Amino acid sequence: MGLDFSVVPKYLDIILLGCAYTVGITVAAAVLSFFGGIVFAVIALYAPWIIRQPFRLVAWMFMGTPLLLQLFLIYFGLVQVGIDLPAVVAGIIGLGLHFAVYNSELIQTAILSVDKGQMEAARTLGLSRGEALRKVVIPQAVRDVIPPISNNMIALLKDSALVSVIGVSELTLSAQRVIGKTYRPFEFYLLAAAFYYVINLGMEWVQRKIERRISMSR
Amino acid sequence: MTDEKSFVEIRHAQKAFGSLEVLKDISLSVAQGQIVGIIGSSGSGKSTLLRAINDLDPLTGGEVWLDGVQVNQKLPHRQYEKHINQMRQQVGMVFQHFNLFPHMTARENVKMAPMMLKGLSQEEANALAEEQLDHVGLLERIDYYPSQLSGGQKQRVAIARALAMKPKLMLFDEATSALDPELVEEVNQVMRKLAEQHMTMIIVTHEMDFAASVCDRVLFMDQGVVVEEGPPAILFTNPTQPRTREFLRKHLEGAK
Ligand SMILES: Nc1ncnc2c1ncn2[C@@H]1O[C@H](COP(=O)(O)OP(=O)(O)O)[C@@H](O)[C@H]1O
Ligand SMILES: [Mg+2]
Repeated sequence: MGLDFSVVPKYLDIILLGCAYTVGITVAAAVLSFFGGIVFAVIALYAPWIIRQPFRLVAWMFMGTPLLLQLFLIYFGLVQVGIDLPAVVAGIIGLGLHFAVYNSELIQTAILSVDKGQMEAARTLGLSRGEALRKVVIPQAVRDVIPPISNNMIALLKDSALVSVIGVSELTLSAQRVIGKTYRPFEFYLLAAAFYYVINLGMEWVQRKIERRISMSR
Repeated sequence: MTDEKSFVEIRHAQKAFGSLEVLKDISLSVAQGQIVGIIGSSGSGKSTLLRAINDLDPLTGGEVWLDGVQVNQKLPHRQYEKHINQMRQQVGMVFQHFNLFPHMTARENVKMAPMMLKGLSQEEANALAEEQLDHVGLLERIDYYPSQLSGGQKQRVAIARALAMKPKLMLFDEATSALDPELVEEVNQVMRKLAEQHMTMIIVTHEMDFAASVCDRVLFMDQGVVVEEGPPAILFTNPTQPRTREFLRKHLEGAK
């Protein structure tokens, strides 16, 4: 039997719903990973030892273990200590924190490479170190890492398929479910791939918009 | 009231970076409204001295006083941070490489600190930015980013940014050294204007003519000490110290 896309329209709503989940989870996790990345970077660079050391352990856990395991831990593990998160929320937190750690590495490097004169100029005006970081150093550091962070966000989109293991019907799992009913794996996996591609294009478009907006101010 | 004679007072300033002694027991007092120039060859400690005044490079010995308050007084860490931020608001500093905030327009560069630290409203801060940028002749560039400005314009914005905090004292660290020669004069003019308004200033410079024309007093520094100081008319034309003569002679040759 060859390719037959005529079955697609019947199940399109399921696929589209999966798509909506994927987009929603990706956007929410991306936002979390961005701001989380900034917070983690500041902790890693400036927090007192007593906070920095345990934090490094947690950061290592997020970088050094499979995302899959982290999702299991957050979804199934936390229940044991009384934190019962909806699967979608657990997925967003897992993905978001995982990529926050990666973003944090980028942002740390960027913070350290912002010209020292910037901090000095801000301090000279009377800003505290925290104020200078917030208003002067971090905004510049973040600008410098928009392209690599965007790459991380594309990776995040792809890894969002992993939240299917805790039962979230995102795009990949939706495709799989439809395939279970139709026995048409090729068509629906291709369709899912096409949707991932479109979401990718959307993300690249957002990235370009952001880059254009900040191109003047560097 | 503060003593007219010692608006800025540096007492026995010492600074070492590790084993490198950069300032060796420097004392200096500047009266309100006075303009002091500092000259000397590269590495003699001019920047370090200037940066000690607002504690960017904390001294390893000695005291800095501004308007009757000790800048580098011993305080517990948190209190000291508050104190030093307070002191720095009163001291404007202009750097060789401008250090404008590239992600902010000229307007935002100027109004950021007054808004954050003095609680100005948007309208007040905008009015202040307009006033200060007008003062340095850049009102029409107010919404430009630094990347869209020439070096001379950047430095004028940097001066406006410092002045927006209404400082009691302005420090200039080779404000024109990074500029193309044709852009130097526009910055010098702004500094002359400040001189006319009796701003107290300490100016590190390599421009002897400029120093001679605006400074009340010029210090020659070498290897961490003030070798000689005096009114420019005397220091430049009739220096008593051999090292000063040597420096000025070399400088004249270099300028040719
Ligand atoms: N942060 C620093 N660490 C170590 N040495 C420094 C530092 N800043 C300045 N120095 C040294 O101190 C000396 C004086 O420097 P500086 O005050 O910048 O001189 P100037 O401004 O007169 O050229 C130089 O030898 C310089 O290398
Ligand atoms: Mg210097």
